[in-house]
Amino acid sequence: MSKHQDIPLTPINTESSEKVRTGDWRTYIPVFDAEKCIKCYICWKYCPDAAIKVKDEESLPEWDLFHCKGCGICAEECPKDAIEMILEEVE
Amino acid sequence: MVKQVITGNMATAMGTRLCRPAVISAYPITPQTTIVEYIADFVADGTLKTQYVKVESEHSAMSCCISASNTGVRTFTATSAHGLLLMHEMLEWAAGARLPIVLVNVNRANGPPWSVWADHHDTIMQRDTGWMSIFCENNQEILDSMIMAFKVAEDPDIMLPMMLSEDAFYLSHTSEPVDVPDQALVDKFLPEYKPEHFLDPENPKGFGSLVMPPQYMEFRYKMAESMDLAREKIRKVNDEFYEVFGRKYGNGLIEEYRCDDAEVVLVGAGTNASTVREVVDRMRDEGHKVGLARLRCFRPFPYEEIRDLAKRVKAIGVFERTYTFGYQGPFTAEIKGALYGTGVDIPIKNYLLGIGGRDIRTKHVRAVFEDIMKVAEQGLDQETKWFGLLDGNTPEEEL
Repeated sequence: MSKHQDIPLTPINTESSEKVRTGDWRTYIPVFDAEKCIKCYICWKYCPDAAIKVKDEESLPEWDLFHCKGCGICAEECPKDAIEMILEEVE
Repeated sequence: MVKQVITGNMATAMGTRLCRPAVISAYPITPQTTIVEYIADFVADGTLKTQYVKVESEHSAMSCCISASNTGVRTFTATSAHGLLLMHEMLEWAAGARLPIVLVNVNRANGPPWSVWADHHDTIMQRDTGWMSIFCENNQEILDSMIMAFKVAEDPDIMLPMMLSEDAFYLSHTSEPVDVPDQALVDKFLPEYKPEHFLDPENPKGFGSLVMPPQYMEFRYKMAESMDLAREKIRKVNDEFYEVFGRKYGNGLIEEYRCDDAEVVLVGAGTNASTVREVVDRMRDEGHKVGLARLRCFRPFPYEEIRDLAKRVKAIGVFERTYTFGYQGPFTAEIKGALYGTGVDIPIKNYLLGIGGRDIRTKHVRAVFEDIMKVAEQGLDQETKWFGLLDGNTPEEEL
């Protein structure tokens, strides 16, 4: 929508927020140590952006870095210190 | 049509019933309270089919209307003074979300000092929220304006909420004869509200979600554009209403009374205008060329009508029941602004009367007319006149 005439009067968003990259807001990136993980999924429960995915109860958590804002709540809540937040290098 | 003798608040409740809102949410506050009560009676006796939502505050009442309106249905609320002020944040939301909610505000003074009487300050404070704003002069106009309000607000090119104002007690609690139109005629005039965008689980959309700076300005521009279009729309709906119901209110934006050959006119809004109209008749009988221009619509502001009027007269007195601290009465400032650069340079004097429900009597209006006639001859002596301030006289003597 490059022309204002094409924008509807009502401020609506027809695209899901899933399509919005919020990962580029990140300063710190989570680094996961699978060796320490006990699959309690506390990180998955606490993630405010649903950016941690768990396929099934056998799987390890996976980070969706397209959406992860790097808030660090997962690292803070992990009972085994399996997640570390480190300064992300950007080009 | 059935003529009934009803108060302004009953006219509001009956107007609401005629417009068939699917959701109504309101919180009682003097002098609006009986609106809430009458609507509750209608819901209880089954003559109004609506979802009537009780809430704990006016902020919640407006939030409720916003949520309901977002689902694509017609919604209504009513409030007064501090209730309207508490709604303020959500008034902004309703306008920005482009929801055609209609609200009746019973004009009441803001405290402190505590007051429940007529004053336009509450409505005027909402000037910049993006709500269209109309001042009604009598109970018939309240009922009729409700029907017109939904029609204007729900127009696909407008999609802005509208606030109707009625003066506390002078209208809210005073009975007048009112023609209550037939439901079938109203249904034909005001069809069901069917917006293009609404909350639908089958077709998900985000409403009012975050936009980045490159898009926000466009949405504000679109609000401005619709508000400008609303001028013509209000005039048009006023004409269409006349075709069907046989009543109209000036050109919808402004109502001139005996202004054609007038040398001086008073501009006022709400019930003030009724007293001015009466005095115009008496002074015309005495040979004075005086007139009244009743400002019906405050937002969008009828600047073209004001320019046209100012070209024809020698002086304008602006009659206001509110003041903007630090400058002048809000109508005065707008009228002067409208005339800048038009080459019309007539004296415009701001008269403040009736603030906090003080009575405006014919003798006060006559004194104002005599003053503005003097201004027309001799020039402006002062820009703003607080009329009738106590000065050794008792309030009783002043009346």
